[in-house]
Amino acid sequence: MSEQIKGKRELFVPGHYGCPGCGATVAMKQTLSVLGEDTIVVMTAGCWSSLIGIYPYTCLTVPVVSVAFGATASVAAGIKAGLTCQGNHHTTVLAFAGDGGTFDIGFQPLSGVVERNDDILFICYDNEAYMNTGIQRSSATPAGGWTTTTPDSARKGQRKKNMVEIMAAHRIPYTATASIGAPEDLKAKLEKATHIKGSRFIHLYASCPTGWRHATELSIEVARQAVRSRVFPLYEVIDGDTWRLSPMPEKESVDAYLNHQGRFKKMSAEERDRLQKQVDDEWQCLLGKCQVPNRAG
Amino acid sequence: MKAVMMGTEAATMAVKLARVQVVSAYPITPQTVIVESLADIIGRGELKAKYLPVESEHTAMSSCMGASMAGARTFTATSSQGLAYMHEMLHFTAGERVPVVMVNCNRAMAPPWNLYCDHTDSLSQRDTGWIQYYCVDAQDVLDSILIAYAVAEQALLPVMINLDAFYLTHTSEPLDVPDQETVDLFLPPYRALNKLDVDDPKTFSIVCGADLFSSIKYKRQGDTLAVARLWDQVAERYNRHFNRLHPTVEAYRTEDADLCIIGIGTATGTMRLAVDRLREEGLKIGSLRLAMIRPFPREVLQRAIAKVKHVIVIDRDVSFGAEGIVAQEVKAGFFDRRGELRITGFVAGVGGNDMTVDTIIPMVRQAISGDGTAVEAGMSLWAEVLP
Repeated sequence: MSEQIKGKRELFVPGHYGCPGCGATVAMKQTLSVLGEDTIVVMTAGCWSSLIGIYPYTCLTVPVVSVAFGATASVAAGIKAGLTCQGNHHTTVLAFAGDGGTFDIGFQPLSGVVERNDDILFICYDNEAYMNTGIQRSSATPAGGWTTTTPDSARKGQRKKNMVEIMAAHRIPYTATASIGAPEDLKAKLEKATHIKGSRFIHLYASCPTGWRHATELSIEVARQAVRSRVFPLYEVIDGDTWRLSPMPEKESVDAYLNHQGRFKKMSAEERDRLQKQVDDEWQCLLGKCQVPNRAG
Repeated sequence: MKAVMMGTEAATMAVKLARVQVVSAYPITPQTVIVESLADIIGRGELKAKYLPVESEHTAMSSCMGASMAGARTFTATSSQGLAYMHEMLHFTAGERVPVVMVNCNRAMAPPWNLYCDHTDSLSQRDTGWIQYYCVDAQDVLDSILIAYAVAEQALLPVMINLDAFYLTHTSEPLDVPDQETVDLFLPPYRALNKLDVDDPKTFSIVCGADLFSSIKYKRQGDTLAVARLWDQVAERYNRHFNRLHPTVEAYRTEDADLCIIGIGTATGTMRLAVDRLREEGLKIGSLRLAMIRPFPREVLQRAIAKVKHVIVIDRDVSFGAEGIVAQEVKAGFFDRRGELRITGFVAGVGGNDMTVDTIIPMVRQAISGDGTAVEAGMSLWAEVLP
């Protein structure tokens, strides 16, 4: 995935300010390698607005605007409208926001934009907390997880918001989950998304060694463990009603996923069992939506 | 072409004549006529534009900013709470240096809920970097929106055109509608020099250090201050095309005046009637309308009433803990004449209290004699306060 598939120049050049092992940089690299030069990127407050660089330095060579927190989708929709009325129907307008800018503060504008089916591609790079401000909880933080605002004395009790179901409920043409640990699947989904008009939403799982407290060389492996354990299954939803499971590896328990991440180290055996049961139930529910016969794995 | 229109209809006509390309808006009383009629003329193809019927004012402004950054001419309209909800994006739009033009219908801020005229909504946004113009009648609405686009696109700064709720938004008045060909001559299509363009990739508004930050803001301050003169130059050019002048400051019977009433918005028309009445009594009084509040047209204002000894400012707004906001501005504008000029500030007409000749004259008398029914609060005298 490191080679440029479309386009003539490198779109993500060396010099980003991200942490070692940053999953969000991998997410952008993989995304731009498929979307190519004919892309305008809208980003918002979050890791990417910091790690892109400090003026006059940038690591992206496509047009970029960094906007107010939460305004990613709404600015992107405006850019698309501005291009369209000048006769440009081809440029991909990519809204690229973290989980805070998508699940929380960016939620209302995103819902408005996709309800109108504005022609943008919205990618949420999900690292499951406000990592740029120092690991505070978001509504994407999983239950049982440590963050600085859900400290060991009060770890998060609520489950992660299901953003894909919410987006699918808007009946937009394309919704999908993807992972930096499954680049071929991500590439196929991005290629599919670029050929669809209207609102497209990709929930892209992007590990964060700094916030998740895992070794920096394990970023891809942890993302893969999330897929294998079915904590973060890969699927797509067409027109909000046709659910399709993506190629999935053999199922394994949540243990490896939990054991590699310091944010889960205070979870009790009971909490782990509860999580395993939730994951199993949601997996069966997803198989049902995808009309895959019930099966053990 | 002569026509009869409400202020809101005049705004829609101006948007059509300006050949706006993207409209993004959210409804709020008393602005709704504008968003409804724009949806209709765009739907019928009378105006070839993209209409984004968005879910909030924050998004309305965000989308206008995005469309403008892509090089399109954009418009939105709002009022009161909606303007407050946009606040973050007002700073952002001015900082991105994009020429968005917006109509704000001046309405009281809740609580308590009140739909009527009050200027606190827009005046409390005066530090966001937007150019602020306050209209006096429907003709002024139509003309100033066209002037606003020409100014905004030259200065690369957004412009807010303010209409008094109901007094202007919903009052029908005769006006002259310019023909499209002449408007096209006055206002050619917008050509953005810096825009989001895949053929000329640029990065906008990422993090920058303190040294450069200060320089960027200093440049913007200079460019914003220069709009006071730029507006009058563009207004003069508009006058040559259409024979109607809309300056930043309009003085009335001030040549020999010792006393001058200052205000903004529709009440400045009533102030002229009060001046006429008081002149019949032998009082050497004039009035002055501040059409522009940001940038503050200090030089023109100082020249206009250089010989006046007593200024009475009537504010339809208040900065809690200080005084009327226009009074603050006027006092700052005349700081170098503080020894020789008396300034009396009234707060009146807020929340839709009618400002008539019969409410203005007692304020003038109280300013002169000290006797009257307006009660003191800090540096302001409040009319219309229940005992």
